[in-house]
Amino acid sequence: MSDIPNPAAPIADPRGASLLVQDGRTKRRNASEGRFKLYGIVAIAIGLLMLLTLLFTIISRGTGAFQQTYVTLSVPLLEEKLDKNGNRDLAEIKKVSTFGYAPLTKAAFEAKIAESGIETSLKPKAMADLLSKDAAAQLRDYVVANPDLIGSTVEFEFLTNSRVDGYLKGRVSRESIANDKNINAAQLDLVDALIADGSLQKRLNLNFITGADASDARPEAAGMGVAMLGSFAMMLVVLVLALPIGVAASIYLEEFAPKNWITDIIEVNISNLAAVPSIVFGILGLAVFINYMHLPNSAPLVGGLVLTLMTLPTIIISTRASLKSVPPSIRDAALGVGASKMQSVFHHVLPLAAPGILTGTIIGLAQALGETAPLLLIGMVGFIASNPPESIAEGLMAPNSAMPAQIYEWAKRADPAFYERAWGGIIILLVFLISMNAIAVLLRRRFERRW
Amino acid sequence: MKDTEMLEQNVTNHPVKIAARNVQVYYGDSQAIRDVDIDINDKTVTAFIGPSGCGKSTFLRCINRMNDTIDAARVTGDIRIDGEDIYDKRVDPVQLRAKVGMVFQKPNPFPKSIYDNVAYGPRIHGLAQNKADLDGIVEQALRRGAIWDEVKDRLHAPGTGLSGGQQQRLCIARAVATEPEVLLMDEPCSALDPIATAQVEELIDELRQNYSVVIVTHSMQQAARVSQKTAFFHLGNLVEFGDTDDIFTRPQDPRTESYITGRIG
Repeated sequence: MSDIPNPAAPIADPRGASLLVQDGRTKRRNASEGRFKLYGIVAIAIGLLMLLTLLFTIISRGTGAFQQTYVTLSVPLLEEKLDKNGNRDLAEIKKVSTFGYAPLTKAAFEAKIAESGIETSLKPKAMADLLSKDAAAQLRDYVVANPDLIGSTVEFEFLTNSRVDGYLKGRVSRESIANDKNINAAQLDLVDALIADGSLQKRLNLNFITGADASDARPEAAGMGVAMLGSFAMMLVVLVLALPIGVAASIYLEEFAPKNWITDIIEVNISNLAAVPSIVFGILGLAVFINYMHLPNSAPLVGGLVLTLMTLPTIIISTRASLKSVPPSIRDAALGVGASKMQSVFHHVLPLAAPGILTGTIIGLAQALGETAPLLLIGMVGFIASNPPESIAEGLMAPNSAMPAQIYEWAKRADPAFYERAWGGIIILLVFLISMNAIAVLLRRRFERRW
Repeated sequence: MKDTEMLEQNVTNHPVKIAARNVQVYYGDSQAIRDVDIDINDKTVTAFIGPSGCGKSTFLRCINRMNDTIDAARVTGDIRIDGEDIYDKRVDPVQLRAKVGMVFQKPNPFPKSIYDNVAYGPRIHGLAQNKADLDGIVEQALRRGAIWDEVKDRLHAPGTGLSGGQQQRLCIARAVATEPEVLLMDEPCSALDPIATAQVEELIDELRQNYSVVIVTHSMQQAARVSQKTAFFHLGNLVEFGDTDDIFTRPQDPRTESYITGRIG
């Protein structure tokens, strides 16, 4: 660059020149340094701008998913419909399907409208369409949980249809429904009347964090909870397998293994494995764990095994790096007082390397938590509407999804209400990832030893 | 000078502790040590001097088999401690290192408390029956390391918080805590200031009562001050070995003379 002297230029004579005046060469050097700093600042500014745009987009589009529109109705839980024999036998109550409950919710909604004195020309069917298709199921779950309430009248908050919800959130407008056969202008008039009446309200939707996925027709009922449990089950498998295997492999390679061509090959392969696209691990998992070992499809156990394979190189590399960073003088000191190799590693080297190992493991887990591609191949991406698992074993073996897979699943569905939920899911996922990284930083600060 | 007083002490009547014959050390293809024959006496300070890269540290590390930890290093020949070949297949280097303590160039306390630094060796070798025993061993070792008075009130403070000279004396205390018979010191004062060096040198002279001490040093003055025997290494060869007095006043080999007069090295 400009530092290279130009052979044609006259050779400067530095002697006798004033220090108060910058010579041409110094000026050029200072200018080039100034330009370089400017490039750096511009690069950082672009990066920050993109980060802020990303965060702003995620938050502005995703927060809607945490709110939902509800309508409060008083529903008479008629004994003759829900418990014909009147003996409150749970097995018999469970025999009544959601079809048995739907007329109750419809009637309650009509009664609400009539009671509020709202004039509408809508047919009862069109009125009931404003309620979520999940409303009857909501009521049934509630009654099954509290069978003693049969015969009384309960106040109950029902989900509204996702179009109504979208109307309150500004996603649906009178213009946008022109070609929408799910809702029409007359129904929106009724909604407006109900809003004015105070019957329709937007409030915090805990079901989004705790609930299960819902079918295409009822986005308002879909939640991340079960997918979250699937992710937890996978993380459990990854932690239980990848941490001990990874740490043991690194300690052996770093401290005990002879340095020869075999260990060189292993080393090169571990570094390369860390860069292998994760979908390759997915197809390996499909071939080995499902086709050959006949583990169940879509099971978090299989997902965990695949993610373990994917995380191992990360853990091994970071563990080896932190073992390497322990000064050799500590090993010498331990060997010098007559400690065996193993004692020197376990008493002195490993405790000093622990913060680095923990950090590497958490980063590896965070990486696995956000991984979607390998899950595609083992059947964990798709509409998997399961109930929350009742035990850890069921959590591992029963079909389930995972957080990023759930987000992908929502993003590819047609209804824009699911799109909002995908952004909301990303907020939940990011909260997990940021907290895991924060824990990694805290652990490193807390346990870092100086020598 | 104070040197001459120390040199007058007669040491030749102590028995031979370490006998090396025909020792060769290779690092990969290059030979670091050739044909070293040496007899090191018990209860004597023996100094290894010589220019950098002459093999004195390499030879020192042969005596407790620390070279085993370097993959490329290979040792041949015969080194005996009390007549036992330490490179015999039956010898476990771990057991050997408990008998042959080592102090390193840079003070390297464990990042643990002062107490735990010293207690570590006795703990892993099972030298103490109970806590009181261990406390006794730690106190005795710290006294021998001439650091007890400075640290007795803060035994549970981290060893890494001490000054450089204190850390090195702590390392010496840690080395003597396992009751070794030989103490190897690899340039123990090179990272210390003159005052700390003087303290450590004084300590080395006291340690002579109980141990055979072998010290590698770059400083000829230090060799003259603390040792009774001196070995001069040059380019991997043991050039000359004898009473410190003789080496510094009547060197036999021209290379030794050149080195101690400052013409080479």
